[in-house]
Amino acid sequence: MTAQAPAALVLEDGRIFRGEAFGSEGSCFGEVVFSTGMTGYQETLTDPSYHRQIVVATAPQIGNTGWNDEDDESQRIWVAGYAVRDPARRPSSWRATRTLQEELRRQGVVGIANLDTRALTRHIRELGAMRAGVFSGEDVTDDQRMIERVVSGDRMLGADLAGDVTTAESYVVPARGQRRFTVAALDLGIKSNTPRMLAERGVEVHVLPLSSSLSEITAVEPDGVFLSNGPGDPATADHAVELTRQVLSRRLPLFGICFGNQILGRALGRGTYKLPYGHRGINIPVIDSDTGRVAITAQNHGFAVRGEPGEHFDTEFGRAVVSHHCANDGAVEGLRLLDAPAFSVQYHPEAAAGPHDAANLFDSFVRLMSEAR
Amino acid sequence: MPKRTDINHVLVIGSGPIVIGQACEFDYSGTQACRVLRSEGMRVTLVNSNPATIMTDPEFADATYIEPITPEFLEKVIDAERPDALLATLGGQTALNTAVALHERGVLEKYGVELIGADIDAIQRGEDRQRFKDIVRSVGGGVPESRVCNSMDEVRDFVSERGLPVVIRPSFTMGGLGSGMAHTHEELERMASLGLTESPVHEVLIEESVLGWKEYELELMRDHADNVVVICSIENVDPMGVHTGDSVTVAPSMTLTDREYQHMRDVGIDVLREVGVDTGGCNIQFAIHPSTGRMVVIEMNPRVSRSSALASKATGFPIAKIAAKLAIGYSLDEIPNDITEQTPASFEPTLDYVVVKAPRFAFEKFPGADTGLTTTMKSVGEAMALGRNFTEALGKAMRSLESSRAGFWTVPDPEGVTLDSTLDELTNGHDGRLYTVERALRMGATVAQVHEASGIDPWFIDQIAALVELREEILAAPVLDAELLRRTKRAGISDRQIAALRPELAGEYGVRSLRHRLGVRPVYKTVDTCAAEFAAATPYHYSAYESDPAAESEVARQRERPKVIILGSGPNRIGQGIEFDYSCVHAAMGLRAAPDNGGSGYETVMVNCNPETVSTDYDTSDRLYFEPLTFEDVLEVVHSEQASGTVAGVVVQLGGQTPLGLARRLAEAGVPVVGTPPEAIHLAEDRGSFGEVLARAGLPAPSYGTATSFEGAKRIADDIGYPVLVRPSYVLGGRGMEIVYDEASLENYIARATEVTPEHPVLVDNFLDDAIEIDVDALADGTDVYIGGVMEHIEEAGVHSGDSACALPPITLGRQDIEKVRRCTEALAEGIGVRGLLNVQYALKDDVLYVLEANPRASRTVPFVSKAAAAPLAKAAARIMFGAKIADLRAEGMLPPQGDGADLPPHAPVAVKEAVLPFHRFRTPEGHGIDSLLGPEMKSTGEVMGIDTAFGQAFAKSQSGAYGSLPTSGRVFVSVANRDKRSMVFPVKRLADLGFDVCATAGTAEVLQRNDIACTVVRKHNEDPADFGAPSGVETDGDRDVIDLIKAGEIDMIFNTPYGNPGPRVDGYEIRTAAVSRDVPCITTVQGAAAAVQGVEAAIRGNIGVRPLQRLQATLRGDRSGEIR
Repeated sequence: MTAQAPAALVLEDGRIFRGEAFGSEGSCFGEVVFSTGMTGYQETLTDPSYHRQIVVATAPQIGNTGWNDEDDESQRIWVAGYAVRDPARRPSSWRATRTLQEELRRQGVVGIANLDTRALTRHIRELGAMRAGVFSGEDVTDDQRMIERVVSGDRMLGADLAGDVTTAESYVVPARGQRRFTVAALDLGIKSNTPRMLAERGVEVHVLPLSSSLSEITAVEPDGVFLSNGPGDPATADHAVELTRQVLSRRLPLFGICFGNQILGRALGRGTYKLPYGHRGINIPVIDSDTGRVAITAQNHGFAVRGEPGEHFDTEFGRAVVSHHCANDGAVEGLRLLDAPAFSVQYHPEAAAGPHDAANLFDSFVRLMSEAR
Repeated sequence: MPKRTDINHVLVIGSGPIVIGQACEFDYSGTQACRVLRSEGMRVTLVNSNPATIMTDPEFADATYIEPITPEFLEKVIDAERPDALLATLGGQTALNTAVALHERGVLEKYGVELIGADIDAIQRGEDRQRFKDIVRSVGGGVPESRVCNSMDEVRDFVSERGLPVVIRPSFTMGGLGSGMAHTHEELERMASLGLTESPVHEVLIEESVLGWKEYELELMRDHADNVVVICSIENVDPMGVHTGDSVTVAPSMTLTDREYQHMRDVGIDVLREVGVDTGGCNIQFAIHPSTGRMVVIEMNPRVSRSSALASKATGFPIAKIAAKLAIGYSLDEIPNDITEQTPASFEPTLDYVVVKAPRFAFEKFPGADTGLTTTMKSVGEAMALGRNFTEALGKAMRSLESSRAGFWTVPDPEGVTLDSTLDELTNGHDGRLYTVERALRMGATVAQVHEASGIDPWFIDQIAALVELREEILAAPVLDAELLRRTKRAGISDRQIAALRPELAGEYGVRSLRHRLGVRPVYKTVDTCAAEFAAATPYHYSAYESDPAAESEVARQRERPKVIILGSGPNRIGQGIEFDYSCVHAAMGLRAAPDNGGSGYETVMVNCNPETVSTDYDTSDRLYFEPLTFEDVLEVVHSEQASGTVAGVVVQLGGQTPLGLARRLAEAGVPVVGTPPEAIHLAEDRGSFGEVLARAGLPAPSYGTATSFEGAKRIADDIGYPVLVRPSYVLGGRGMEIVYDEASLENYIARATEVTPEHPVLVDNFLDDAIEIDVDALADGTDVYIGGVMEHIEEAGVHSGDSACALPPITLGRQDIEKVRRCTEALAEGIGVRGLLNVQYALKDDVLYVLEANPRASRTVPFVSKAAAAPLAKAAARIMFGAKIADLRAEGMLPPQGDGADLPPHAPVAVKEAVLPFHRFRTPEGHGIDSLLGPEMKSTGEVMGIDTAFGQAFAKSQSGAYGSLPTSGRVFVSVANRDKRSMVFPVKRLADLGFDVCATAGTAEVLQRNDIACTVVRKHNEDPADFGAPSGVETDGDRDVIDLIKAGEIDMIFNTPYGNPGPRVDGYEIRTAAVSRDVPCITTVQGAAAAVQGVEAAIRGNIGVRPLQRLQATLRGDRSGEIR
C-alpha cells in the first residue's frame, strides 16, 4: 500500500481523474470505454476489439487471479490503456504464473489505478465514450498540456482499425477429432476461443487476413465463411462488406459475430451508427424474437446496425429479419437471412470472458453448413 | 408469458419464529411477496406464527392468520379460505416442509390448491442427497464421494473404505442442524447417531471431506420460459468446514478467473434445469480444490434462502419480489428492474463495489457451549457492509457487528499468545477468526503460513497483510497527513482504530476533528445492479473513501419534504432482533404518510447494516444507507443528509440499544435527536436518578444497592436479604444477570463477572420470589398516556421477560390491579419525560406493585402488543416524536377514539406470546447438550403468538407454534423442587383425570400419591438403582432411569422445576437436555405447568379454530366503538 507514482486520466472534455501509476509508466491515448464484467480481465485485455481503447474496469478489485498462460484471447494485450480501482498486490490462483502488473509492464501497457472509476463511468454514461489519455510518472504535466495531447488524437468514429489487428499470414486451426467441415474465417480481430469452439465441433478453421480476396477464400474450399469480431468503425470496412456480398451471392453459409454482424448488416444495405457509450460487459440480455427466450451474453461493441426489434426487411439476397435485440435498449443484436444461409449476432457466443448461453450458435452454423451440402 | 389469469387467491406461508438458521430474511422475502401479489390484484392469505414480522401486519394481506405453521392448522386455514394456489418458497425450510406435508396428506389435492413457484418432485430431487448427486453427475458436474446411510453399521462401512475425516449431514434438517465433521471414530459414533436422530427420515449422508476447499455459492433465478440468470456469486472467506451462515462471506467472488466462474455458472444452470426448479430463486453451493481446481457441487436450496436475502441486498436485485412475480406467470424479461426502471430483470447484476457479510454469535449466552465453528450454523445474526474494496467492506462489517471488538487493534491481544499458539488457533473456525489472522501476520507469520494453518485463500490473507503494513505506517508517521489518512480510511479503518494506534490524537473525537480539518470525508455511492451503466432511480447508498479529494458523491438533493433519519438496530442478536426492525419500519411507513408538512409527510432515511431485514429493503424508506451503526458512520450520514437538505430529526428510540446508545453523543454533536430527550433516557437507565423519579412518584421498587466489590455486594445482600438478583449495570437482554441464593454463589458470581470496577459496578436487587411479572408498553406525548397493552407473564419474575411466555390481556389480574398499573405507568411517563414509547416491567407481590425497570424506547413486545391490541404503537410513537398528540392520533383513527390497551373489552381475544429457545443448536465440546433452564439472562432467539377466544386455546397454539403440539395423551414425568410440590398437585391431578399416566421421582411421587394421584416412581439419573428411596409398595420403572425413558420416547411431557438453590443440579440438567434432544415439552415453572394443562385441555376438546387477525382486530375495535355509541 505504499504510494505509487501519480497518474491522471484526462478526457477530451477537460475532466481529469487522478490516481496512481499502474503497469508501465508513460502515456497512452484512445477512446475511453467502460467494461462491466466482474471476471475475465485477461481475456478482455487481449481481445483485439479493444484496440485503441482505454478500458475502465467497473469491478473494483482487479488482478486477483494474476495472469496465466492459458486465457489469452490473442497474442498480446490490445487495450491502449487500463484504468482500475484496486489492483491486487498478490494474485491467488493455481493457474497464475505472474501478476497482472508484471504482464502490463512486460507488454508496456500504461494503466492507472486508485481513481474514482465509478465517477468516471457515470461521466462516460452521461456524456458518451470520448477520447482520453492516461499519463503517469513523469508524463503527468500541467492539465492544459495533457488535454491538448488528448484532443489531438484520433476519434473512434471513422476509425479503420481492423487492418491493424488482423493476422499477417493465414493459419489453420485443425478440427478436434474428425474434420467434418472447413470454414474460412476472416480475421477482423478474431479471439482464440472462436476457432477453438468451431474446432470442438469438427470444424477446421482457416483464419485469413482481412485483405483476402474471394478467390483466396474459395481456395480453401470452405463449407462456410465466418466474419469475426474486431475494432473500429464498421462504416470504414468497405472491403469486408464487399467480400461478404460476394460470399452471399455464392450462397456460401455465413456466420458473423460482433463486427461481423455490422459487416453483414452493411452488406444487406443497413447503416451503422455509434452508440453513446456502447455495450461492454458479460451480463447483457438478448432476446431471440422467434422464441422470446433470453440469453445472457458477452458484448463489446460501440457501434450498432440500424433496425427495430423483430423487423423484417428485403435485401438483394432475399428477405431478412432482425432476429435478436438487446432487452436493455432495443439495439439490434442479430440478423438472419430467410432466403439464404447467413446469420450474425452482435454479441459473443464464444464468450471468453462471459457466459456460455449463446454457444449453441456455433451449432447453428454447423447445421447450416450441413444443410447446405 | 404474462400473469396467469386463473389464479386469484394465493396462500403464502411464512417461516414462523426466528431461530438460528432461519431469521428475519423470510420476513423480508414474505413481505415482498405479499406486496407483489396484492399489487397484482390478488387476494392474499398469509399464515405465520411470528407476530414480530412486518408481513403479519394486517395491511399486508387480505387475511392474516397468526397460527402455528403445522399441516393441521394450515388445513384449517385452507378449508376456511379456499385459496387457488399456495406459495411456499419464500418462507424458508419451514414453509417448504409444510407444503410438502400438505401435499403428502392430500390436502392440496382435496381442496384443489395448486403449489406455485415449486414442484414437489423438484423439491425432493433437490433435497434427497443421493438423487441430487446423481443429477449433478448426469450433467457432468463433480460431487464429493459419499453414501446415504440409515444405520450406524452403514456409516461404519463407508468409513472403513474411505477413511476419516468425513462430513455427516442429516437429511431434511434446517440450517445444517446436526451436521458436522468427524475426525475420529469417537466423533463419528456420536455425531452420526445424533444425525440419525435429528433427521425426520432417520437418514444421514456420510461424505468425503472437502474440508479446507474454497467455498462458493451462486444465487440463481429461473422463469417459466426456462430463462436462467445468476444474481450473485458469493465466496466464503472461511473455507469449507464452516457453515456458510457462520462464515465471513464476500460478493462477488474474488478469486476465480472467468473460466472457472463460467464453469461454475454452467454447472449451476444445468443442475437447476435438471432438478426442475419450477420458477423462482435457488441457491447452489460449490467447493473448489485450492490447488487442482477440481470443482464439486455441495448442495442446493430450491427456494429463497438466507443467501438470497444477502444477494438481494448485495446487488439491489429483489429476488423474493421477482420470485413472487415469476410464480404467478411472468417471465424475467417482462419484469422491469426497479432500480434502473429502463431495463428488464432478465440480466445478471454486476457490482462495482465489494460486499462483506460477517456473522454475529452469542456464545456468551450459552456457557459451556462449544464455540468452535462447524457445518452446523451457530450464529444468531449477521451484518453486511459495502465498500469500494474488500478491506473497506470488511472493516465496516466488523464494526457493524457491535461485538466486544470494533475492528482490528481496538482491544489488546489476549495474554500469553505466541505465534505458534496463534497459528494453532487458526486451524479451526472460530468467532473472529480474521482477528486471529491479523494477529498472526502482525506477529510475523507469512501469508503462506497463515494460509497453511487456516485454509483461507492467500488473496484474503494478503489483504489483511496490507492492513498490518498500513498499521506500521500509521504508527511510524511523524504526523498523520491527508494522504495517509485518506489511504487509511480507504482501507476501511475507523477513527476509533486510528485513535487506538495514535493515542496523542485524544481518541476517536480527535481523529475525527483532524480528519474533518483535512477534508477527509466519505462519499456516498449507489447500489444500482449495473455498475453505473444505467441511471439508478432508487437511492440505495453506501459510503466509501476515494483517494481523489474531488471524488463524487451521489446523494441527490432532497425534494420539498423535510427528512427524518431512522437508525435501525444492526445485526440480530439475542435480546435485539426483528422486533426492533419492525418498529423502525413502522416509523418509516408512519412518517412517510404523516399528514404533517401540508399532508406530504416526511422523506424517510433509513440507516442499518442488517441484510436480513425489511428495513434494509430499498422500498421501505425514501432513502437507504447501508452503513454500520457506529457513532462515526452515523455522524457522516447525518452530515451527508444535512448537506443535501433539511433534517427534521433523527429517530433513535426504535432500534433497540444500538441507536439508543448513540443518542447522547449524537445530541452533543448537535444532531437533532427527536422523541424522549437523551438526558431522560439516561435518567431511566441510571439507577440513582431513576430511584429519585420513583421516590417522587411514590412508587415502590425492590430495594437494591450498587457495589464495586464482593464485600460491597455482600453487605447489600445481607441488608436486603437473599435471594438477590445481581447484574452489571447498563445491559440489554439481561446479559450477565443471575439470581443468587446465598453468599457462596454471590462470591462465585463476582469472581466470574469479568469486570467489576467503579466504572462498571454491579447491581444487587432484592429478588421478589414468586411475584407475578407484568410488562407494559405505552405511548406518552407529554399530555396523555396511552397504554398499548398490559402483559402478564406466565413464568414468575426471575425468568427474563424475553424468555417468558405472556398473555394479553392479563389473565389473572383484576381491574384494580390493571388500574394500578395504569397509574404507575402514567406517573413514570411524566417523571421521566417520555415523548414516544415507554416499556415498564413490574412485579406484583402481596398486592404491592414494584417497578422493576422502565425503558423509554421501543421494546421487544411492541409488535406483539400492536397486533394483540389492534393499535400500531411504533407508528404512533414516531408521529409523537414529531409533535403529534395522542388526541390527534385518536382523531385521525390511528389510535382508537376512546379507551386503550389497558381496558380491552371483556370478550377480547387472548393472545399468548411464547419464546423460542435455541438450546438444541448448541453442544458442549464433549458433545453433550447444554442446559435449557430459564433464568434472568435472555436466551431466546424468537417468539410466536397464539391468539384465540380463551387462554387455554391461545396457549396451546403458542406451544404448537413454538415447539410442536402439546400432547393430548400419554405419560407425564414430574420432578419438582420442594417449594413447588404443593402448587404442582392440582395441575398434575388434572392431567391424571384427563387420562395421562404420571411418573415422578421418589420425593415428588410421595406427595402426589398422598393426594390420590396414581403414579409410578422413576429413578433419577444419578441415583443408585438399589437404593433410590422409592416408597414401599409403589410401582417403579425397573432398571431404567428417567433419562432412559426420555430417550426411549416414553415420556410425552415433563414438569421439572429447578431445586431452588442453584448448585450442580445435575439431574435437572440431564432431564432438560434429554428433553431438548427428543423434542419433549419440558416445563420448568409451576405457572408454566398450569398453563400447559389448560392448553392440553383445549387440545383434547379439539375445538381450536383459526381466525384471521383482521377479524380479531375488527372485534377489538368494534367493541370499542360500541362503547362510544
